[in-house]
Amino acid sequence: MSSVAVIDYGMGNLHSIAKALQYAVPEVDVQIVSNADAILQADRVVFPGVGAMRDCMRALRHSGLADVIHEVAKAKPLLGICLGMQALLTDSEENGYTEGLNVLAGHVVRFPDGLTDKDGNTLKIPHMGWNQVQQFPHPLWDGIPQNSRFYFVHSYYARPDNAAVVAATTDYPDAFACALAQNNIFAVQFHPEKSQAVGLQLLKNFLHWNGFV
Amino acid sequence: MSLAKRIIPCLDVDNGRVVKGVKFVDIRDAGDPVEIARRYDREGADEITFLDITATHDNRDTIVHVVEQVASEVFIPLTVGGGIRTLDDIRRMLNAGADKVGINSAAVSNPEFVKEAAERFGSQCIVVAIDAKKVSHEGEPERWELFTHGGRKPTGIDAVEWAKKMTAYGAGEILLTSMDNDGTRAGFNLPLTRAVSEAVSVPVIASGGVGNLDHLAEGILEGKADAVLAASIFHFGEYTIEQAKQHLRSRGIEVRL
Repeated sequence: MSSVAVIDYGMGNLHSIAKALQYAVPEVDVQIVSNADAILQADRVVFPGVGAMRDCMRALRHSGLADVIHEVAKAKPLLGICLGMQALLTDSEENGYTEGLNVLAGHVVRFPDGLTDKDGNTLKIPHMGWNQVQQFPHPLWDGIPQNSRFYFVHSYYARPDNAAVVAATTDYPDAFACALAQNNIFAVQFHPEKSQAVGLQLLKNFLHWNGFV
Repeated sequence: MSLAKRIIPCLDVDNGRVVKGVKFVDIRDAGDPVEIARRYDREGADEITFLDITATHDNRDTIVHVVEQVASEVFIPLTVGGGIRTLDDIRRMLNAGADKVGINSAAVSNPEFVKEAAERFGSQCIVVAIDAKKVSHEGEPERWELFTHGGRKPTGIDAVEWAKKMTAYGAGEILLTSMDNDGTRAGFNLPLTRAVSEAVSVPVIASGGVGNLDHLAEGILEGKADAVLAASIFHFGEYTIEQAKQHLRSRGIEVRL
């Protein structure tokens, strides 16, 4: 039986993600953990997060989990979700300027105010709701139709330095990177645990993924 | 390709049962919340909102239990409103599996609570619910006032100004209910919806008054709502969520199908 550790560093609701993982693959051992050893021993690691970047980084550094995530990023399948994706980048504009984990080179920036859609309506921020995902080939998209809708809620988005790490884009109104992939790391801006069937399929794919592309 | 407009069925839960009142009275039983949530999820609901109308504190555990059960098998966003007054209430709901909480009266009695809640849990989970009633007279420019306690208590606060203030305090979304239209099945209050939606940068959910599928489309097209919330048209089997989405699509609205 394989195991997956959901990293608990005091940010956000981990129960949703744990429940969705368990539902996606009932035989997997899902653990919500904050202890470094338990995270390092798990076969796979999920790094979730909601809230503000500064609080997130403070909690990661204070708990020592920042180092643990660096270890995991070198070794086994890692799935970053929402703020957990943004924290993997070099830095973020949020809260003035916040340094990230720099596992993926790039920046996190805010959607500018006053964006409009094709009919001239002002786009709301946060970008909240179900939007389409244009995927590039990766094992985590197996069984998920191109342009499927996933659930998003965020005001900041990732702008990676290297375009080759972009695993999917979404339009709001311009295309932004909503999924990043680099070796054994996969990170998504949307919430697979709240994206019904396609989200569960992505979690299932992750729980079967060996970390190779 | 763009962001889909959302359809959100709302379940008014009283003592563990879904009920639906007309103008907050004449309550009809509509069934088991877990079963209904499951059906809406299958039909393609974009989110589900639970409104806990249970008056007594002792029965608050019931809604927590409902959310827990739904969250373990329904994987779309869940919102819980009704009686959310403390940071601890929010934590309890989020731990049960809710993704967002609706704050109404507590925001009016203490606006700082919204700020604290957004700072602690993130704006993405703070929905400020606004119950508004028209107070302008014939011939005057339209004006709506904020009401609390299920629409019984006037506050003297302008609803549009309040929406702006709550957004500045960290609300991630506004759930806007017209007390004049709620339960009438005559459609949303479109001028109110539009006024609030154009005044704030965050998404607005229109609520109150839906009687048919055209009303949903009008809320989006004319009211400029980002999401539409309805209860009775879905509970009593008049329309399925899927029919509602097909209808919106036929009116040129982007939906998740």
